[in-house]
Amino acid sequence: MPNSVLWAVDLFGRVYTLSTAGQYWEPCKDGQLEFKRVSSATQCCWGIACDNQVYVYVCASDVPIRRREEAYENQRWNPMGGFCEKLLLSDRWPWSDVSGLQHRPLDGVALPSPHWEWESDWYVDENFGGEPTEKGGWTYAIDFPATYTRDKKWNSCVRRRKWIRYRRYKSRDAWAKIPSKDDPKQLPDPFNDLSVGGWEITEEPTGRLSVWAVSLQGKVWYREDVSHSNPEGSSWSLMDTPGEVVQISCGPHDLLWATLWEGQALVREGINRNNPTGSCWSVVEPPGSENGIMHVSVGVGVVWAVTKDRKVWFRRGVNSHNPCGTSWIEMVGEMMMVNVGLNEQVWGISCEDRAIYFRQGVTPSELSGKTWKAIVAARECDRSYSGSSSSLLSAGCFFGDEVRGSGESAPSDTDASSEVERPGPGQPLPVESLENPRNLKESLASGPGASRTTEDATENACPSTCGPGLASTPAELPWTNIDLKEPKKVPNHLTAGFPETTGLSSLGHHQLGLEEPYGADDHPLWAWVSGGGCTVEACSMPKWFTVQSGLSPLVQTLSLSIMPAQTAAWRKQIFQQLTERTKRELENFRHYEQAVEQSVWVKTGTLQWWCDWKPHKWVDVRVALEQFTGHDGTRDSILFIYYVVHGEKKYIHVFLNEVTVLVPVLSEGKHSFALYTPERTRQRWPVRLTAATNQDMNDWLALLSLSCCESRKVHGRPSPQAIWSVTCNGDIFVSEPSEDLEAQEHLLPCDQMFWRQMGGHLRMVEANSRGVVWGLGYDHTAWVYTGGYGGGCFQGLASSTSNIYTQSDMKCVYIYENQRWNPVTGYTSRGLPTDRYMWSDATGLQECTKASTKPPSLQWTWVSDWFVDFSVPGGTDPEGWQYASDFPASYHGYKTMKDFVRRRCWARKCVLVTSGPWLEVAPIALRDVSIIPESPDTDRNGSSIALWAVSDKGDVLCRLGVSALNPAGSSWLHVGTDQPFISVSIGACYQVWAIARDGSAFYRGSVSPSRPAGDCWYHIPSPPKQRLKQVSVGQTSVYALDENGNLWYRQGITPSYPQGSSWEHVSNNVCRVSVGPLDQVWVIANKVQGSHSLSRGTVCHRTGVQPHEPKGQGWDYGIGGGWDHISVRANATRAPRGTTRNQEPNTCQETHSPACC
Amino acid sequence: MTDDKDVLRDVWFGRIPTCFTLYQDEITEREAEPYYLLLPRVSYLTLVTDKVKKHFQKVMRQEDVSEIWFEYEGTPLKWHYPIGLLFDLLASSSPLPWNITVHFKSFPEKDLLHCPSKDVIEAHFMSCMKEADALKHKSQVINEMQKKDHKQLWMGLQNDRFDQFWAINRKLMEYPAEENGFRYIPFRIYQTTTERPFIQKLFRPVAADGQLHTLGDLLREVCPSAVAPEGIDGEKKNQVMIHGIEPMLETPLQWLSEHLSYPDNFLHISIIPQPTD
Repeated sequence: MPNSVLWAVDLFGRVYTLSTAGQYWEPCKDGQLEFKRVSSATQCCWGIACDNQVYVYVCASDVPIRRREEAYENQRWNPMGGFCEKLLLSDRWPWSDVSGLQHRPLDGVALPSPHWEWESDWYVDENFGGEPTEKGGWTYAIDFPATYTRDKKWNSCVRRRKWIRYRRYKSRDAWAKIPSKDDPKQLPDPFNDLSVGGWEITEEPTGRLSVWAVSLQGKVWYREDVSHSNPEGSSWSLMDTPGEVVQISCGPHDLLWATLWEGQALVREGINRNNPTGSCWSVVEPPGSENGIMHVSVGVGVVWAVTKDRKVWFRRGVNSHNPCGTSWIEMVGEMMMVNVGLNEQVWGISCEDRAIYFRQGVTPSELSGKTWKAIVAARECDRSYSGSSSSLLSAGCFFGDEVRGSGESAPSDTDASSEVERPGPGQPLPVESLENPRNLKESLASGPGASRTTEDATENACPSTCGPGLASTPAELPWTNIDLKEPKKVPNHLTAGFPETTGLSSLGHHQLGLEEPYGADDHPLWAWVSGGGCTVEACSMPKWFTVQSGLSPLVQTLSLSIMPAQTAAWRKQIFQQLTERTKRELENFRHYEQAVEQSVWVKTGTLQWWCDWKPHKWVDVRVALEQFTGHDGTRDSILFIYYVVHGEKKYIHVFLNEVTVLVPVLSEGKHSFALYTPERTRQRWPVRLTAATNQDMNDWLALLSLSCCESRKVHGRPSPQAIWSVTCNGDIFVSEPSEDLEAQEHLLPCDQMFWRQMGGHLRMVEANSRGVVWGLGYDHTAWVYTGGYGGGCFQGLASSTSNIYTQSDMKCVYIYENQRWNPVTGYTSRGLPTDRYMWSDATGLQECTKASTKPPSLQWTWVSDWFVDFSVPGGTDPEGWQYASDFPASYHGYKTMKDFVRRRCWARKCVLVTSGPWLEVAPIALRDVSIIPESPDTDRNGSSIALWAVSDKGDVLCRLGVSALNPAGSSWLHVGTDQPFISVSIGACYQVWAIARDGSAFYRGSVSPSRPAGDCWYHIPSPPKQRLKQVSVGQTSVYALDENGNLWYRQGITPSYPQGSSWEHVSNNVCRVSVGPLDQVWVIANKVQGSHSLSRGTVCHRTGVQPHEPKGQGWDYGIGGGWDHISVRANATRAPRGTTRNQEPNTCQETHSPACC
Repeated sequence: MTDDKDVLRDVWFGRIPTCFTLYQDEITEREAEPYYLLLPRVSYLTLVTDKVKKHFQKVMRQEDVSEIWFEYEGTPLKWHYPIGLLFDLLASSSPLPWNITVHFKSFPEKDLLHCPSKDVIEAHFMSCMKEADALKHKSQVINEMQKKDHKQLWMGLQNDRFDQFWAINRKLMEYPAEENGFRYIPFRIYQTTTERPFIQKLFRPVAADGQLHTLGDLLREVCPSAVAPEGIDGEKKNQVMIHGIEPMLETPLQWLSEHLSYPDNFLHISIIPQPTD
């Protein structure tokens, strides 16, 4: 999980952030301004400064915010001067926008605000629908407006070309003032409150936000057009309100609540993706008539409120259909304000001590949480006197030898010093030490019975009718209480001994920087908190709640650099002493007899087996794994499967040293796995076994896999040359390449490769021969291999102790709602008898209802409800429907006369949590990644390893600082493109090829170690009538794959002309290609027929690839049945020339293309 | 060695070369040859000495054979202590092989428990395991296991099957992710210098402030004499030994419990006087 931050403002208006990975409040990078409000989202934070102006703080990222400006140059032909700028009077402007209606001279296009800068000058767009125009970008037509073509024809009377220029948002990690000049008459008064939310309402445009603000006069304003690419928005719109609003809160989705001066709450109704500002207001009465609502905060489905008597309330029954909810429940604790962040997590500022409290135990099933827990993290500035150990920490030498050395020599000293310093008031106070009656009450009421009574009591107390007398509540300014006011200090036993301080006056010194080292109170006093950008999950609680003392090994931040525990002296000493002990006690006595003789060991069990005969079905079998230990300690294992057919007892057996792969197959609600040998790989018919429980299956899988690895002497971390592959279930496999795999002749058939599983869940893995391995999840999260092994179902001995981390992945399940039109009732869910199911999968063949559709396998769990997916190809109408004349046909997003059927796509998110040797590379999500292949003879040990990637939004990125020691690298370098890209690959000689979304290829010029991002793109047309989708570059070979499964080889590449000349067809039936450092070509074939069955997704190896014949001759089939991805880009091991091997006949089956059926 | 898993393997496969000789006063029909054997450190004497018994019975008359027991330099060896512990405690400073005297007569009733069959060893071993899990997980893990899992633990030890044993034992070594270790560390501290058989107290792996407790913390708390300020000359008075090695006092206790526990899940720590060579 990437780190995220909590934003807060202290009493002096200083803004701080607290990272989920950190333990200290860090002052905001741009600390010039003082703020009274902040409201954060993941990518930015909005605030109202003390000058009452609105500011937005956009967090820095390696990918720039860039927007394209376009202008068209229009020309008409005349017989005198050919094409020229002289147009007819009725024509458009010579310089215009795409419609031609607006005049748009290049120098008239201005930056929208001082926070933008130009990336470069204007240039002509040469790309026309994936084809280079090669004519200065001109496109031709008979007249304006008409269809433009690339080629000039006899009747081409007009032409135009597109000029483009990019601008970048430059004020990142800084507060950018939102200009309020738009309409001075409309904005007479300053803003008083502000709230950011709405990022879940729609995904179009990317990063869209709803920004709501309240002015001092009580008016509500909405900021138009705020999105990732337009962080400042465009203008303020005034919203009508039934009363004077004092405070507002906008949730991540469609909840929007505000509080009125009179103490009621206003609830916005009708917010949806087509109308993000909603349609009308409803009024919700406060919990009691005496104390109106002072403050509200909303999440996706929760509302929290604080009334004027500081009591905290939770609103029951709130959801999209009923944004008003049903009733109030009083919660324990008294707060100045509360804030609901991501995942409905809640933060509050206590009245008692102005500390920030986190609501612990908020889960989807218990949205109101359990208890308030104080965040005791100190500010960075307080750290100077928080003890020697933590100053060491801040000095950044936590992992250094010096610290450890001192710890070793005098551990008691370190302990003692921190003991002494802890009670000092310079430290934040642990929760338990607060003599706070609230805490007592809390703990008393913490039992489930107790809390229920509170709930019942408040429900009874909750008035069902509230009179209109509310307006006459005492005219105390409700919101000023939250602002800079002297905090009520609660004496507690730790501070009691010190002279009483008088709030602001003494604290004023702090503001001037005259902080006394042992000041009476430097536990920060907070005025505002915002958790809208902060992700806290129960499985990985931040370390904010305990005072961390210096040298605890628990304070490790996840990092691939070697951890202190790994290198600690005590560990080294144990390893060393054990080795010495073994030497001392065994070396001279090996001839002694062993006390316990090794014997045959058998594990038996009951499983189900997918029987070999027809009709194929699951039959109950007894299985036994027999292990023999030889005198030399080597072990052999045989798996016996005993079954009964026609009353006759029979068995089959498998030698585990012949097994090539064990694959978990978690489908159909069964815990099954498949076991392949070379023979069974050729037949496309594995031994399939099912266990009764998940635990049982994991035990068998782990045991069998351990036996297989043992018999093949495969252990520990895969070698840097390893070949990686991924199945369609996201399971990761790795194979150690033998020297014969890429031999010139007598190569090892690839069905004999042994694959073992690695923990984790990924969609693709890419590797290079220096041990750098990256993976991408289904949710596009990037992961880097940590050097461990095991994880997932491989626990205990089959897993490394360190370098195994929790990994999660997310994907959506899609079903379709189908309807047919009839003249009487319009579209209904009553179809023709011949029609598809009214709820179905994408093909329409399978019935899939919302209720019956299950997550893809037992590993996945739902994390959302069904929602309409608007991002389907072809577009949708505002309700998500797509129309067509009949099923199945091509769908479009608008209704015509001829459309008799319609469908819409529903999606539901599910999540899988597992573990494996992977660490997240936050924060940018990727859709493709490629690491430079290196042959062993190239010596690049000094330089960093080139790694290119394409982000999920289509940005091309180049990773800096990647090395064998730091495989995650340090930062991204953005490589500008004129359109989103989908695939990238870098060859051994720094040839970077990429595929754009329009299906054409691009070659990046001048990439070198000293110039990692190269200089410019060269546009390379795709093969005729084909759209490319993937490219892979080896030593010199370039292969590309199109959307119809054709594999193409780039012909004519020479060092002086690296773009090559043409595409040559190699094969069809291919879904994925990987070209390695020896120019070896491996693919995943779509369909392969075996002797027993068909397998989709089969690993294939191109045979006969020679320097003079880089396209090769045929295919050798390897493991298959559900394989999705392979990377051979790390394998640079070639058999030494001249070695002879006994050639086995029939090892290479060569055909001209993977058999297509 | 790079992985902590290798520590488990090294601990399991620890062997002590031993020379068994028959006690001089035992009556034999012919001279009894000494018997040499590699004893697994993690096992129990009476569990692995069938061969020894058979060897010496061959030279003795049937009527002179009663329950076998072992003695080292005058100290009867408690079979219910793991072999490695007995060796570390009594013989770690003497040269190898370890000379053990075999007795068939005059069973020292006040020093030793009878061991009529392997079932007694199994019962003892399983009760230690259960006690350890009571300390670590309030018995939750061991109670959730099936009978066959318990059997596999015992069979793993009896047949010296590392994989078989650890396939189950790893579950006993897990702890909830939100905790930083076990509830209490199962340990026993043995000293030759005291009458008391061993020290065993409740001790948590993590201090209240979140700091990991170390081996040194444990000893200072429950057995201060072992790490007491050394003599006037500043020399260490005692060795703190587990499995024949002396881990540094800075070693986190939780790690030790996970990696250097005996199969019965206890850390058996020997405090022995520093040999004065």
